[in-house]
Amino acid sequence: MIKTPIKKALLIAAALATTTSALAAGKLEIFSWWAGDEGPALEALIKLYKQKYPNVAVDNATVTGGAGTNARAVLKTRMLGGTPPDSFQVHAGQELIGTWVVAGRMEDLSSLFKSEGWSKVFPADVIKLISSKGGIWSVPVNVHRSNVMWYNPAKLKAWGVTVPKTWPEFISTCATLKKKGVAAPLVVGENWTQQHLWENVMIGTLGAQGWENLWAGKTKFTDPKVVGAFTTFGKVMDCANKDASGLSWQQASDRIVSGQSAFNIMGDWAAGYFTTTKKLEPGKGFGWATAPGTSKTFVMLADSFGLPKGAKDRAEAINWLKLLGSREGQDTFNPLKGSIAARTDSDLSKYNTYSRSAATDWKNSKIVGSMAHGAVAPESFTSAFGAVIDQFVATKNSAGAAAAAQALAVRSGFGK
Amino acid sequence: MKRLSKDRLWAIAVLTPSILLIGIFVYYFIGRTVYVSLTDWGNDPAQALALNPIIRWVGLQNYSELFTGFLQGRFRQELVNTLFFTLFFILGCLGVGLGLALILDRNPRGEGLWRTIFLFPMSLSFIVTGTIWRWMLQPQGGVNQAPTLLGGQPSTFGWLSSNDSALKFDWNNLPLITAAVVGAVLIVVAVRAAREGQRTRTLVAAACAALLIGWAIFVGPNVKLLAAPELHGFNFAMIGIIIAAVWQMSGYTMALYLAGLRGIPEELREAAKVDGARDAQMYRFVIFPLLSPITLSAMIILGHISLKIFDLVYAMAGPDNVAASVPALNMYLTSFRQNQFALGAAIGTILLILVAFVIVPYLANQFKGEEGHA
Repeated sequence: MIKTPIKKALLIAAALATTTSALAAGKLEIFSWWAGDEGPALEALIKLYKQKYPNVAVDNATVTGGAGTNARAVLKTRMLGGTPPDSFQVHAGQELIGTWVVAGRMEDLSSLFKSEGWSKVFPADVIKLISSKGGIWSVPVNVHRSNVMWYNPAKLKAWGVTVPKTWPEFISTCATLKKKGVAAPLVVGENWTQQHLWENVMIGTLGAQGWENLWAGKTKFTDPKVVGAFTTFGKVMDCANKDASGLSWQQASDRIVSGQSAFNIMGDWAAGYFTTTKKLEPGKGFGWATAPGTSKTFVMLADSFGLPKGAKDRAEAINWLKLLGSREGQDTFNPLKGSIAARTDSDLSKYNTYSRSAATDWKNSKIVGSMAHGAVAPESFTSAFGAVIDQFVATKNSAGAAAAAQALAVRSGFGK
Repeated sequence: MKRLSKDRLWAIAVLTPSILLIGIFVYYFIGRTVYVSLTDWGNDPAQALALNPIIRWVGLQNYSELFTGFLQGRFRQELVNTLFFTLFFILGCLGVGLGLALILDRNPRGEGLWRTIFLFPMSLSFIVTGTIWRWMLQPQGGVNQAPTLLGGQPSTFGWLSSNDSALKFDWNNLPLITAAVVGAVLIVVAVRAAREGQRTRTLVAAACAALLIGWAIFVGPNVKLLAAPELHGFNFAMIGIIIAAVWQMSGYTMALYLAGLRGIPEELREAAKVDGARDAQMYRFVIFPLLSPITLSAMIILGHISLKIFDLVYAMAGPDNVAASVPALNMYLTSFRQNQFALGAAIGTILLILVAFVIVPYLANQFKGEEGHA
């Protein structure tokens, strides 16, 4: 026990000193769902931030759970409760815009894009995806490609088939393979991988422009072309395994490695799975091509960070965003994450074979956003669309599914 | 007026906080949910999460959307799923529980151990049960691989992923079916009342039955809830979930029944034996009638569990599997993923009403009993 007044005074002074110094140093809370394989990449970014701003205490608030569904729930609680994190991860595009921007909860980052000169280094298609109502709402950190078809080169040779270039060609290849005794030439997994496949069939059938029109409300889902694409999707699903809903995307990829199935449509995170986890050599153990009908298109999804209104440490958060958008920041993060930089001027020597080929396409292709990964459709659409796909796969009723999708689009406010 | 004794004051002081808390956190929130379900909060994404959302009163629009809206076929399938799930879950638990209890009642060797084993699943949470059973029922492994142990072909049954269903009916016929069923019940009531000689009751019941059945014959077939026929039935994907749920809860019914069986005085059994009753007759006429209150309370408890079940389905079938989904899951997705708070609140209110159907008669019965004793 401290009895003397001097000791007491000293103690109070010491306590005050520590709190004031903590206040002066500043704090930054980063909210994301990068916990597992992606953890080290985030750590590297935070390390870089600490080098630049050594006085800031970084609070890495990750909420585990694939694709961020858990994190988004926590985020909602915090935003509605009035304690938003200083900066949070979100899939670039409508996932942020359709939920938080329309509700007036985000800060416009246009001035940041101007002062950092980002309008020149990010592709115009990407800026378009993350803009709405005259503002730019988030800083994309990385880019993943979702229109990739993975296959087993040795097996394709053994079966004597080549990689199909269009969806009709895919369906005839499928018939050939079925005749040769391959029960399921295409492997798909649980619901979201089927949505992922659906969007690739759509883009491959409607073309990049047709896809954009769909989400701009210029083309209706009930348009005969879209209904036709639904029918194609139904035929593609006929090539697929019957136990889809029980498989994760990794288990689906395993069937390519084992040669049980010939093709799998999955995002380029599968490359990381094949090379790192399965120890396969790119081009030999597994091969890849753009999904049928999408050769000059890059279907993207990106992780990005935004700035919520009322962030406690706004200045530190802006510094964080500046770091994320910088070339140094992106080239630190992406080789570890297995994605490519959203900037077109990144240092390709740091990336692996697959990523380099993707980065070349990134510069030369038409870029469109992915629906299944939150780029082109708001959350209110995507989370209900899963049931539409599920029902379609069960019934194969193209007109019904198209009408349901159109009704969803009207409800979500973009279909007219 | 009675004077407030110190005891009474104490009692009031101690009870007030919990009454206040229950008032706010249970009844106020129920009221709030019902209110939200009558508004359009969240139907416009721009207003859903805004700082000061504009919320308009829309009356029963959300409910009519759920029952007749084009997009809400999922919800209707879920209601049908709930019906079948409740039915098979309760029958399964009661059957298995009673069977186990009867076996244990004969004092087999190691009875305590068996009791623990059968009761053990209840100590797990539904999410754990669901995860374990999903592993066992997955298409490529688990139960479907069992025949290979004996050299057979692996089975291909889609325990959780099947899209086949039985007992299908068109949702458009729902008013018709409901009217017919209620009419039939009323006829039974009328006949009973007539036998007991209660004239007014007989007349009222018969008139209502005639009205309903007349409606079912002349008006019912022309009612169209939906633009197109929509078939709903018992999905085979629910089978896996029902098995897991029965596995989890049948130990509990066993414990209830066992307590009931042990509570039956030995004298009654002896008296039955003296009267010359064989074993089967003793169970049929002496023991089962004495167990009926236990069956009732087990049905109440299992019934409300089955109506609000969420975690088991989420873990086993996943959130997007329409064939094996339930309203509670839809409520979660609608309110917290799609931000459609009003629609979610409407589903919640419907669930509350369903649970009330189960609980209120039970509570009424309980209170009546207590008053009788007091």
